[in-house]
Amino acid sequence: MKFQKRLLRAEPNFQILTKLWQVNWLYVLLICALAVVGYGALYSAGGGTPRPFAGPQSIRFCFGLVMMLGLALMSPGILVRMAWPLYIFSIMLLVAVLRMGHVGKGAERWIMLGGIQVQPSELAKIALVLMLASWFHKISYRRMGNPLLLLPPALMVLLPVALVLKEPNLGTAVIIGTVGASMFFGAGMRLWQIALVVLPVPFLARIAYGHLHDYQKARVTTFLHPESDPLGAGYNIIQSKIALGSGGMWGQGYLQGTQGQLNFLPEKQTDFIFTMIAEEWGFVGGIIVIGMLLLLVFGGMLIAMRSRNQFGRLLGLGISMNFFLYCAVNLSMVMGAIPVGGVPLPLISYGGSAMLMVMFGFGLLMSAWVHRNATFGETVGEDA
Amino acid sequence: MTFRKKKSGNRLMSRPEEGRNPSRGVFTRRALLLMATQGAILGALGERLYGLQVREGSHYAKLAENNRLSKRFFAPPRGRITDRFGIAVASNRINWRALLLAEETSDIPGTLARFAQIVPLEQRDTVRIEHELRHKRRFIPIMLRDFLSWDDMARLELNMPSLPGVLIDVGTTRVYPFGPLLAHVVGYVAPPAEKDVVHNAELALPGMRVGRAGIEQTQDLNLRGQVGSVEMEVNAVGRVMAELDRDEGLTGDEIALTIDSGLQQQVLARIGEQSASAVVMDCRNGEVLAMVSNPSFDPSLFDSGVTQAQWIEWTNNSQTPLINKAVSGLYPPGSTFKPAVAMAALRAGTLSPSDRINCPGYIDVGGTRFHCWSRYGHGSINLRQGLKYSCDVFFYEVARRTGMDTIAATSELFGLGAKLSEIELPHVRQGLIPTPTWRRAHGHHWNGGDTIVSGIGQGFVQVTPLQLATYASRIATGRNVQPHLIRSVAGRMGQLTDLGHAPDMTMPEHFFEDIRAGMFAVVNEEGGTAPKARLDIPGVQMAGKTGSAQVRRVSRAMRESGHFNSASLPWEYRPHALFICYAPYDAPRYATAVVIEHGNAGADVAAPLARDIMTDTLHRDPVNHREPPGQEVAQADVD
Repeated sequence: MKFQKRLLRAEPNFQILTKLWQVNWLYVLLICALAVVGYGALYSAGGGTPRPFAGPQSIRFCFGLVMMLGLALMSPGILVRMAWPLYIFSIMLLVAVLRMGHVGKGAERWIMLGGIQVQPSELAKIALVLMLASWFHKISYRRMGNPLLLLPPALMVLLPVALVLKEPNLGTAVIIGTVGASMFFGAGMRLWQIALVVLPVPFLARIAYGHLHDYQKARVTTFLHPESDPLGAGYNIIQSKIALGSGGMWGQGYLQGTQGQLNFLPEKQTDFIFTMIAEEWGFVGGIIVIGMLLLLVFGGMLIAMRSRNQFGRLLGLGISMNFFLYCAVNLSMVMGAIPVGGVPLPLISYGGSAMLMVMFGFGLLMSAWVHRNATFGETVGEDA
Repeated sequence: MTFRKKKSGNRLMSRPEEGRNPSRGVFTRRALLLMATQGAILGALGERLYGLQVREGSHYAKLAENNRLSKRFFAPPRGRITDRFGIAVASNRINWRALLLAEETSDIPGTLARFAQIVPLEQRDTVRIEHELRHKRRFIPIMLRDFLSWDDMARLELNMPSLPGVLIDVGTTRVYPFGPLLAHVVGYVAPPAEKDVVHNAELALPGMRVGRAGIEQTQDLNLRGQVGSVEMEVNAVGRVMAELDRDEGLTGDEIALTIDSGLQQQVLARIGEQSASAVVMDCRNGEVLAMVSNPSFDPSLFDSGVTQAQWIEWTNNSQTPLINKAVSGLYPPGSTFKPAVAMAALRAGTLSPSDRINCPGYIDVGGTRFHCWSRYGHGSINLRQGLKYSCDVFFYEVARRTGMDTIAATSELFGLGAKLSEIELPHVRQGLIPTPTWRRAHGHHWNGGDTIVSGIGQGFVQVTPLQLATYASRIATGRNVQPHLIRSVAGRMGQLTDLGHAPDMTMPEHFFEDIRAGMFAVVNEEGGTAPKARLDIPGVQMAGKTGSAQVRRVSRAMRESGHFNSASLPWEYRPHALFICYAPYDAPRYATAVVIEHGNAGADVAAPLARDIMTDTLHRDPVNHREPPGQEVAQADVD
């Protein structure tokens, strides 16, 4: 209640239209541009028709765009109040997925919610970003030196990481953990504290490897030697590299990519959509897409830096990091640089939850931009 | 760009505030550090992309091609075989087949049941179809039935809507318009055996056939043609997505035989039901104009597989219908061997044309008495008379004087017991002219008696009818004529087809004249053994030699009874009847050899048959003959 009053006092003239005008339309345009690239790629993955991928995906995007603009209008105060309920809801979903999730590809990741399949780990990531941003906003930079105040947010990160690991979904767990860590870093965690956390990581990794599922170990092995099992676990990596390589500098031409069009490329509409783009448009097309993704990441980071409140800054940082990690993991995966792990390429890969959650995140980012000059709820030494 | 400007402005602005607002300063620094990391990681990925797509692009492009291209081959139409006038004796007929594409029907048993109601399926078809359904991918067509009739086709077309997945496809099948007439020469084709496929994978293609006998076998590679191919784009499960390139392949070479199918028919008609073989050659160049081996078989039966019962019937038949007697049948030449013995003696100088030898009806050699066919003897006779009367004693004595090594050497020059390598047939047997060396190699002694019986073409002497025809041609022309069956391959004429190309035999011409005169006397003079071979064509005369070759020893008791009747013996004990001849006598064109298995006396059975064949040949003149228009044999050619 208290910050709501302050918020209203600070920005008394904000009307919906004014706020809409404040939206960073250049950034929205970039998002739309990438969605168009995604539409084109899914059109090709569908064999040159809007069905079954491109059409439904574009409808989801439009829905996501409306949701994003709606979120952009929400003031930080409302978002902060959303943080806890959303976080708890997402944790409940993660627990539910372990209990009754749909088995897909050897892992429990999906849950049916009101007739649609959702992947709670996607929601958990966004909820965690919101949660951490509001937590660090409240404790402020000055109190970051107090390790006790870092324990609750650390648990907030570890809980979903543990649940997602249990699914098991190693890739997403790593992304959630990294997003969380980057927010600790952005929030101003002291360097000695960072050192204290980072140093034992190699040991923990060794122990963690011992607890991996066999199929995850197999992924690591086949990643190191894909040719050892060319028709089994190594097939995806080999075929993906073949498809990429055959694209060359200028590509095989739109709708002409032989590996993608002839189904040598596995899951070309989801995880391997970038391979398909790079096969058909070549290195030139691939690097343009990477450039666009990088612009969105950097744009998000710059929006974060422009914010005059810690909440907005950390929100922007978390969303950008999340988006960046999606991209980096997916691209590394399809280029055979890291093991394959079921991470889609945001805005481009076919899939409902991922698309909606990415747009949800951009909505939060837009809200941070629209309300970048707002100051609220902070006690000491903030911009005013 | 917009961001960049704002960012730098922001940074500049934030600096003075840092003391007051440490969180924003720290955040900006750390955010910039994160951005640098993000940029570096995405940059590294871009670099890796460059490596995969540009630096190693060609390597992966090659792998991609291998992924997507699939080449499939199909059998080309087999080359036709024609007779010397271009009449097809082996050609291809369209074969309509019904195929099932399993992936295009949801109810395979139902489709099969409906299909079987329209076109009946035999038990063995059903078993095969079920096996293929289990073992083949669903997009590879399975053959349901081939050799569909027009009626079947019409009924299937009508019912197509209720037969999802059923396709009608056209292939070819081998047909032999003359059936048994040329079966031994042309041979037949059959589906390849597993061992063939091991050596040549092309043979695994559906519709591929392998020549199994005759010209089909020896010219298999020429006839087979060049396999066609379709290069197709396939997807990851091997399903055909598009056809990229098609190579129709090459139809096999057309092979023209030297055979005159019309003459062949006439020769067979003359032979009738007898178990016999006859060869008619152009004695100037060795072209085989007719080669009949009776009985015969229908070569079309092999294309779809011969039944067990049929096979047993053929192989148990004592008249050996599957064997080409003209090249694989071995017979003692009997008296037809005498001209060769005479030539050997003339060449060796052990006989001069004027030498006379007394025939009292027998000769004693080494304590054994050898009889002449005439128990009363021929008295004192010369070479010409010896041939004319076919006096055994005369040739016993000539052989005794000359020796078997010399006889064998000369007779091999005439093609007897020799490998006739020009003849384009499989299973050609060489026969045998025995020599002391050969006998010793088999662990026996050669005694004088062996030479005596060999001198009249009995004992171990064995020749083929083709060798006899070649022998007659060489006597007639004095040239080293080589028998052959192929006139041209894909329009390219063989070298030896040209007249007069056969080299001279380098034996004195007057020796030939002496022998030819004797053979002329056989047919045309009073008292000759083959008056029945005299031609009824004004101004055209034939020279020949009879032979009756015993297939078992004649016992003394039988001989002394003097009138044993060969015709009363069981068939397989009767002597073979042989005749060799050529005509016209003064300008030889055609040579013929006839062997009638167990036909008794050559003079009575073989000579008139040879005369009829020669008469037909001369009337027909196969060297230049053209079928009058409208009389061509009905055919169903597709190519």
